[in-house]
Amino acid sequence: MISDGVVEDEEKWLSAGIAGLQQNAFHMHRALDSNNLKDALKYSAQMLSELRTSRLSPHKYYELYMRAFDELRKLEIFFKEETSRGCSIVELYELVQHAGNILPRLYLLCTVGSVYIKSKEAPAKDVLKDLVEMCRGIQHPLRGLFLRSYLSQVSRDKLPDIGSEYEGDADTVMDAVEFVLQNFTEMNKLWVRMQHQGPAREKDKRGKERGELRDLVGKNLHVLSQIEGVDLEMYKETVLPRVLEQVVNCKDELAQYYLMDCIIQVFPDEYHLQTLETLLSACPQLQSSVDVETVLSRLMERLSNYAASGSEVLPEFFQVEAFAKLNNSIGKVIEAQENMPIAGVVTLYASLLTFTLQVHPDRLDYIDQILGACVKKLSGREKLNDSKATKQIVALLSAPLEKYKDIDTALNLSNYPRIMECLNDGTHKEMANVIVQNILKNKTCISTAEKVDALFELIKGLIRDLDGDTHDELDADFIEEQNSVARLIQILHSDDPEEMLKVIETVRKHILTGGRKRLPYTVPPLIFSSLKLVRRLEKQEESVSGDEASTTPKKIFQLVTQTIEALTSIPVPELALGLYLQCAEAANDCDLEPVAYEFFTQAYILYEEEITDSKTQVTSIHLIIGTLQRMHVFGVENRDALTHKATGYSAKLLKKPDQCRAVYACSHLFWLDDHDSIRDEERVLLCLKRALRIANAVQQMANATRGSSGSALLFIEILNKYLYFYEKGVSQITVESIQDLIKLIRNEMQGDASPSDPAADAFLASTLRYIQFQKDKGGAVGDKYMLITD
Amino acid sequence: MVLVLALGDLHIPHRAPDLPAKFKSMLVPGKIQHVICTGNLCIKEVHEYLKTVCPDLHITRGEYDEDSRYPDTKTLTIGQFKLGVCHGHQVIPWGDLDSLAMLQRQLDVDILVTGHTHQFTAYKHEAGVVINPGSATGAFSSITYDVNPSFVLMDIDGLRVVVYVYELIDGEVKVDKIDFKKTTTPTNLPH
Repeated sequence: MISDGVVEDEEKWLSAGIAGLQQNAFHMHRALDSNNLKDALKYSAQMLSELRTSRLSPHKYYELYMRAFDELRKLEIFFKEETSRGCSIVELYELVQHAGNILPRLYLLCTVGSVYIKSKEAPAKDVLKDLVEMCRGIQHPLRGLFLRSYLSQVSRDKLPDIGSEYEGDADTVMDAVEFVLQNFTEMNKLWVRMQHQGPAREKDKRGKERGELRDLVGKNLHVLSQIEGVDLEMYKETVLPRVLEQVVNCKDELAQYYLMDCIIQVFPDEYHLQTLETLLSACPQLQSSVDVETVLSRLMERLSNYAASGSEVLPEFFQVEAFAKLNNSIGKVIEAQENMPIAGVVTLYASLLTFTLQVHPDRLDYIDQILGACVKKLSGREKLNDSKATKQIVALLSAPLEKYKDIDTALNLSNYPRIMECLNDGTHKEMANVIVQNILKNKTCISTAEKVDALFELIKGLIRDLDGDTHDELDADFIEEQNSVARLIQILHSDDPEEMLKVIETVRKHILTGGRKRLPYTVPPLIFSSLKLVRRLEKQEESVSGDEASTTPKKIFQLVTQTIEALTSIPVPELALGLYLQCAEAANDCDLEPVAYEFFTQAYILYEEEITDSKTQVTSIHLIIGTLQRMHVFGVENRDALTHKATGYSAKLLKKPDQCRAVYACSHLFWLDDHDSIRDEERVLLCLKRALRIANAVQQMANATRGSSGSALLFIEILNKYLYFYEKGVSQITVESIQDLIKLIRNEMQGDASPSDPAADAFLASTLRYIQFQKDKGGAVGDKYMLITD
Repeated sequence: MVLVLALGDLHIPHRAPDLPAKFKSMLVPGKIQHVICTGNLCIKEVHEYLKTVCPDLHITRGEYDEDSRYPDTKTLTIGQFKLGVCHGHQVIPWGDLDSLAMLQRQLDVDILVTGHTHQFTAYKHEAGVVINPGSATGAFSSITYDVNPSFVLMDIDGLRVVVYVYELIDGEVKVDKIDFKKTTTPTNLPH
């Protein structure tokens, strides 16, 4: 072979070779045209001598070979015509052997041989046998491979196959098979020999060159698969054992890998199923460097696809006990190849799993078995850090989820959590995410506390910090994770309230291990889940009377209180306050006064001690007043205490406009439409008047600091509230007070010192329109409003 | 014909895992010109999803929203109509139509879109309409029992708006519609 750095020379030699070939071909054609056999043979031999070169790489040699091939086709036609003109084919066969050099001699012999077989003057098998033996004369790997490839090509359509014209008493399919097998064996030997030629440092180059030639060898297997007469019986008894024998004995890594794969791809799947044991028994015998994992994976993939093609084929699988054989074989291979990387082991099991999911989807014991084998291999090592292997494991674990679309099934596989244990933290989280997304996508219903427990244990990487987790920042991924967990919590549901409470308790147990990073995300969904349960019980209690149910709203409220308490250490006071108020409303609906009062107390404490930001205070006040306004469960004392505090907070807000608005909102605390007992006119008016005073103060401040009066907006808002309560029938809100207020507003807005304020103008206009609308209504409302003159 | 989607109070992920699948398949991008959201999404992913339905998105702040930069109220003009948006936890008593009408006067809008109660309402009075699209996910509410997922689609055409309300009841989407016609704005009353 050629050494490096002489590639240009190679081009030169190729050109020279082609030139020589073409020149001789030209003369050969002239001889053919003038029926000059002697000269034709002479020039053809010379032409073929170009193929004797050792200077070309396989790629370039192929170019030369193809041209020779084309010329030989024409020569063959000439030979055929010669025999019809009376020349004896036997003589021709003799004649060509007079060529000086062996390589041209053999090419010519094969060409004549082709015509010989066609003439049927001798049994095909005899000619074929002669040729395949003669080719032994060329032991040079590259030249030998191409020569035998030529033999294979010209003999292709002349094999004594069943139903072919060449079949006879003497010629049988067996002969055809024998011929191809022999050619194959010799070609493989040549191919392997290439590996050992040349200096050691060129090993890689040789490997590459051998790769270019592999299809020449593989073609023989193709031919075998196309022979009609090769039925299952013959394949099983003759073809496969012979081929495997060669594969194993050649002890060459490249050949073994390629040929095993070739066998798998070229022969039909039914054959593989029926010869599974034989095929698999070859695997442990292969060189340890062969990537047998890929070979087996591709086999299992093919069989999986075959199984998927239709349910009629499945019984075959059962009959040959495919699973057991594959499982065994994989075990043996892994045992034989001690140094197989862990990625390889997992790939094998992943392929087997896919196969099993396709062929035996109902056999969870098989699936568990596979996972168990993996666990055995993985345990005892350090946690996996190999990225290729972890990818395979994620694929392995995701496959059952995809197939069954039901986390239940995965939870029933005893080895599933064990494999999760073997993963490193990053992969564990990744897998946990896959599981959660699968549940969310399929909306699987998980309805018992036991299953919830198992599930949360399975995804514990998301629930709490695993050892060695030093992640402290809340990056976007983390937040997305936790939001997924929150969504997951929403999906958990049981129709039985007792079971549901157990579910909630189980979830609580797990999320409390999450630490301050996670609680703000996981506690709210749990609280709302609990409040939903309370509501369910509320409805039930009306129908189920006297039953000593262990699941009562009270119990749930206790649980909820303890859970919200966990938020205090973080701290997220605004969130906790909101949750307390939600619970207070729920307690209100259950008529549990002390419980509701306690929730309000907790909310107020948070407001006083933890909520210091003025914007947050405003929102919190709105929530407090809004919630308190709806409470009907409180007795007079409790209610007074709470409303007193609420108005106090309102008056102490930082910004005066906020104060004003909060205070007039408090007026609603003293007037509930559906409760006749709560209609405290005085208190309502007190609030409104206080709001007015604050609004005045705002104007004065504006005058003092800016030299102009501020907006009259607050006054107009209060005016609207006056109208609201006037309509409700608060007698202390008199027509005069309303008209005075309107006058005041107009003064404020028309003063020289006041800047134009379109918002206030518009609001006043719409308010006055409203008064007009009410007047136009007529009836009691109309009468009331008619009294207002502006 | 301008289509305006109004929805809110999704409370994802605190109170609901996701929008109902049937709603999601109806909210096809490119069909709707404006989206109004009353608040309480609560997380960024929901914001981003709404943006894919229509890039002209208007959101006001609900008390549980993750993003505190949403405004408390918003006004916008679509065709002949002035719309106002506010979550509603700021208007006390919660759900009280007279108090909401007051807010409507303050914002000086024809249509006020508000939420918080998780219950669909469409209240018509002389000065305009107050619409509450309910909760798009049917999230738990302390104010309303038995919340069904719902949202509103408004078709604004000249001086007329047709309000379609879509409600998911027992797994089926039910549609109802209400018509409103705007009278031309009367001149201001003399001072």
